[in-house]
Amino acid sequence: MGGSTGLFAAITGGVAVLFVILSPIVPRLGGTRDLLLHYGPWFVAVGVWLALWELTTAKFGWLPKPFFSPPHGLLNVYVTDGQRLLICIGYTLRLWTLGFLSGILAGYAIGVALGWSKRFSYWGMPFLKLIGPVPATAWIPCTFYFFPTTFGASVFIVALASGIPVAILTASGVSSVNRTFYDVGRILGADNWYLIRRVAIPASTPHVFVGLFMALYYSFAVLVVAEMLGAKYGLGWYIQFQTAYSGYANVYAALIIMAILCAGLIPLLFVVRDRLLSWQEGFI
Amino acid sequence: MSIAALAPAEPGISGPISMAIDVHAVSHRFSLTGSQLPVIETLDLSIAPGDFVALLGPSGCGKSTLLRLIAGLERPTSGSILADGRPITRPDPSRGLVFQDPTLFPWASVWKYVATGLEARGRLREEHERVDSALALVGLEAFADAYPHQLSGGMAQRASLARALVNDPALLLLDEPLGKLDSLTRLTLQAELVGLWQRNGFTALLVTHDVEEALLLSSRVIVLSDRPAHIKAEFRFDKPYPRHRDDPDLVTLRRSILATLGLPT
Ligand SMILES: Nc1ncnc2c1ncn2[C@@H]1O[C@H](COP(=O)(O)OP(=O)(O)OP(=O)(O)O)[C@@H](O)[C@H]1O
Ligand SMILES: [Mg+2]
Repeated sequence: MGGSTGLFAAITGGVAVLFVILSPIVPRLGGTRDLLLHYGPWFVAVGVWLALWELTTAKFGWLPKPFFSPPHGLLNVYVTDGQRLLICIGYTLRLWTLGFLSGILAGYAIGVALGWSKRFSYWGMPFLKLIGPVPATAWIPCTFYFFPTTFGASVFIVALASGIPVAILTASGVSSVNRTFYDVGRILGADNWYLIRRVAIPASTPHVFVGLFMALYYSFAVLVVAEMLGAKYGLGWYIQFQTAYSGYANVYAALIIMAILCAGLIPLLFVVRDRLLSWQEGFI
Repeated sequence: MSIAALAPAEPGISGPISMAIDVHAVSHRFSLTGSQLPVIETLDLSIAPGDFVALLGPSGCGKSTLLRLIAGLERPTSGSILADGRPITRPDPSRGLVFQDPTLFPWASVWKYVATGLEARGRLREEHERVDSALALVGLEAFADAYPHQLSGGMAQRASLARALVNDPALLLLDEPLGKLDSLTRLTLQAELVGLWQRNGFTALLVTHDVEEALLLSSRVIVLSDRPAHIKAEFRFDKPYPRHRDDPDLVTLRRSILATLGLPT
């Protein structure tokens, strides 16, 4: 596991040299100066964090192997197992995309119906409330029965985790729309279909986005479980596989990738939200 | 201003230009938790086609409720309301309503909001210039792309008015539409309202708390009693437009109306 010590030292050394060179010229940099200054405290924090990490693991061994791994141990995983990790990322993204998209679409449609129709809500809401808190693992036996392929079952688990928060929040959003908005529409000759499309749906969009953000987190949280179902690749599968063989450095390495993927998708969702909700006060 | 575009479309397409309203022995009560609140009590009211009627009454007496009943947003507890002889059972684009509080759609630009009536009836493509005319009429052309939170209270109320006008209603129900406007815009819009009514010939029912406004605009003032509302007094007068607030006849009328309302003259 010490195979990448040299590489890690070279990278940290290089970054250190870069900062040393930057320090006298930063005041003279134009736009990037403000950016660098803004994140300055974070650069320092990351450096301190890496130093502490090295000290507690590799240097003094306070946090023992194999449960903890020094930074260069993680780096070594990326160097030696990069190929396999890349394939795993591809598989995980495919599973996540299919599961998340189908989940939020179904959840949204169900949510609008629940929020709009009293009868649908009478019969549907109790089910949603019962299903909501059930952990995804509990569905594995019956998904195995219903889905011909394990991939289908995995997609379903991810879809379920993303669909439920979207359904609940869409339903509450649609049912809490100000009644006078409907009155305005009805006065102008709108039918129910128009009221759903042009009043209920836009009025509830802020709620829907709360549900979407929750769905994003839940879907990532459930990936490991979803990839228990006989997957051959994928970050979740990788984590389980490596846990079983005590490859904890590999587990941490895969977890970091997952966290970065999830964190990278959040700004994307923010961009979509800001576009769709530009009408909200304080957005412009 | 291309107000002409807001004139009724070709006859036969847009239906009757004006509408007769018959409120017959209407009572209405709301159920509050455990108790009943009678708001309107056996009210009779006939409005001839093309009339401009003003409705005055103390706050909370049931004026807005009466307009909602005539609009068809609610069904009266008892009694019947007829539009051109046919019972009103649900809202209809031929009966426009400007709500007391401007209820703009926060997610829609002013243009989109005003276009709602045409879009809901699938007529936006053919008649989209009516939206521009309605906006021009209320002086909001420059704010067509603005969102509600970017408007002042008076501008929001003007957008509501444009939204109601775009459907070319045969009956226009106005619930204190000018209440939130500054006095200058108010005077302009009062004149515009009369002009519009004269040109288009719709029936107008205006709720207002301003006796002077009632006298400047309408030819019939109905004073409602305290809740539960019934008709307390009625004043008919025929004066050509434009009217002047200092007109001695109107000043006399104003005194007697204020007296009926129990206010110092
Ligand atoms: N949906 C409702 N449920 C219960 N009570 C209601 C409802 N709408 C109105 N009311 C009651 O009916 C009464 C009349 O209300 P309304 O809005 O018609 O008064 P108004 O004459 O328009 O008053 P204002 O001049 O202040 O606008 C009020 O006492 C009000 O509390
Ligand atoms: Mg009112």
